[in-house]
Order: sequence, then structure tokens, then C-alpha cells
Amino acid sequence: MDELLLGSIFDARFWYAVPMIIAISLVYGATRHEYVPQILKQSVKAGIWVVMFMAVILVLILVADRFI
Amino acid sequence: MSTVNIKQPDGPDIQVNLREPYIAAILAWLWPGAGHFYQRRFTKAFIFMVCILGTYFYGLGLARGRCVYVSWKENDKRWQYAFQVGVGAPALPAIIQSVKTKNGGDPFFVIAERWPKDSAIGADQFAIIKDRSKYDTNEPIIKDGLMAPPFGKVELNNIDTLGAWHRDLQHKFEIGTLFTIIAGVLNLLAVYDAFAGPAIMRDEKKKKRRSRAEKRKDDEPPPDDDGKEAELKQKEDKETEPVKKSPGAQKKGPKPRSQKRKRK
Repeated sequence: MDELLLGSIFDARFWYAVPMIIAISLVYGATRHEYVPQILKQSVKAGIWVVMFMAVILVLILVADRFI
Repeated sequence: MSTVNIKQPDGPDIQVNLREPYIAAILAWLWPGAGHFYQRRFTKAFIFMVCILGTYFYGLGLARGRCVYVSWKENDKRWQYAFQVGVGAPALPAIIQSVKTKNGGDPFFVIAERWPKDSAIGADQFAIIKDRSKYDTNEPIIKDGLMAPPFGKVELNNIDTLGAWHRDLQHKFEIGTLFTIIAGVLNLLAVYDAFAGPAIMRDEKKKKRRSRAEKRKDDEPPPDDDGKEAELKQKEDKETEPVKKSPGAQKKGPKPRSQKRKRK
């Protein structure tokens, strides 16, 4: 595994994703529901989905980096 | 005045008063959250305003006010602005700056000044030259304005103003651009919400379960007519089934030929 690539995960640039994911999931949740509890519930779901999607892409990149 | 009745998957139907949807949509585009504020949907107005404007201004701040600009010059087709302008009024000064600097004019809101050969002042600094006597006054001063396009031509082989921005701001220019683009796209979702109300979706799991149950029902054969077909099937099965023979029945039956031969 490429140490540089793995190191970049924990680089400061990686953390730019956190506020972006929070904003995106909250806005998405707010466009799907009208009341706060439902909005928050939907936001958490959307946030988890985004994180999982990013994790899958990360794994694919790491695998590609290892074998290609 | 228009009121939308929305069916919720888990709960009673809700009514949302959208007031004048077109006005609300324009307001929502012009300033994130303003359309919802007009509709008196204060919680959502707050969420949209904080999230969208927070994302936009954070991105703009990362790039020191330079990542949102209008330009269609050679080597610098700024297509990103089409998405950035989705955030409304906060992105509109870029159009004014573009018009102002089109024929070599100075931009409004100058945030940095430097001579072309002077690399001491980077794009990541807010700096105005105070002592102009040190420099050759015949040379044009490069002025970076807030949301103004880069000064001069953009050349691939020379370090131009845009190149200097990238050199000084590094990844922050790109990340700032990304943040502002996402803010613009998110605001389009908010505009739709102001215009048509929330796009409530049924719970996906429930939807899947329902579709599976419906498929099963479709796959099953239709109910029999008075059970006649089932009776016929049972009869057929009985006929085709091999008859189980008990040990006693074998003794009573005719003897095999081999046994008969032995006795003779």
C-alpha cells in the first residue's frame, strides 16, 4: 500500500470533507421533510450514505494503487 | 396563496403554505433561506441559510475571494461560475467585476496589489502597496479584486496572474471552487423546495418490501375454481405414485422363476 496515499487520508485536506458532508446531508434532509426530527433523521441517513460511498471509492483507489 | 397537501409515509398528511411559489423561488435563489423565510418556514430557512451560505463563504474565504469570477478568456473558460451563481446574490458581484475589468479597468474591492515582477506579495495575503516610490510607476500594477477575474492574459507557458494564484493558494483555490460550486447546487434544491414543497419520499425499505410482496402475489397461480383442479391433481398423484409393498404381500404373490426351477 502506498504510504503517501494512505498518509494523505489523514492529511489536513481530508478534513475539508467533514463540513461539506454535514452541509450536504442537512440540506438534502431539509428538502425531503418538513419537520426537524424527520429532517435530522434523513440527514443522518444521507450522511452515512455519503461516508460509505466515499469509503468504497477510497478502498477501490487503494486496491487499484496496490495492484495496478 | 397556494397550499400543498403532502402525504407522509409515517404520520398524518401535512399542509404546507407556499404563499406565492414564484416569488418564494426567486427569493430563495436570491438569498439562500429567504424564500422559506417569506413562507414562514423559519426552521428550514435557518438550515438553508446556515448550511448554504456557510459552505459558500467558507469556500470563498479559503481561496481569499478569488475562486468565484466570470471569465471566458482563452485558456480560462470559467464554467464553474454557472453552478456558483446558483447561490444567488452572493455570487453576483462577480458579474459586476467582470464588466468593470473587461477593458483593463481596475476592479472594485481591491484585496491585493503587486508589481508584475514582484513575487514578495502572494495571493494569499491581503496587501495594498503604500509606498509606490520604490517601484517603476510605468509598469501596470496588478490588482486582485474580490471576485474579479485574473489580471491580463492567461498563458500556458508563462506565470500569469492565475498561475500566481494557484502557486500561492495551492490546493485552497481548488477546494474553494468546489465548496462554492456545491453551495450553488444545494441552493437549487432549496429553490425547488420553496417552489413545490418538500419532496417527501416513502421509506425505501417499506417500498422494497411492498414491491416484493406484490411480485410474490403476481407469481402465485390464480385461485382454483371450486377446488376441482386440486382434486384432479390429487387423483393423478395417487395413480402415478408407486404402490408400497409390505413384506407379507411379497410372500402371497407369484413366486419368481428362479425358485420354481430349483424345485423341479
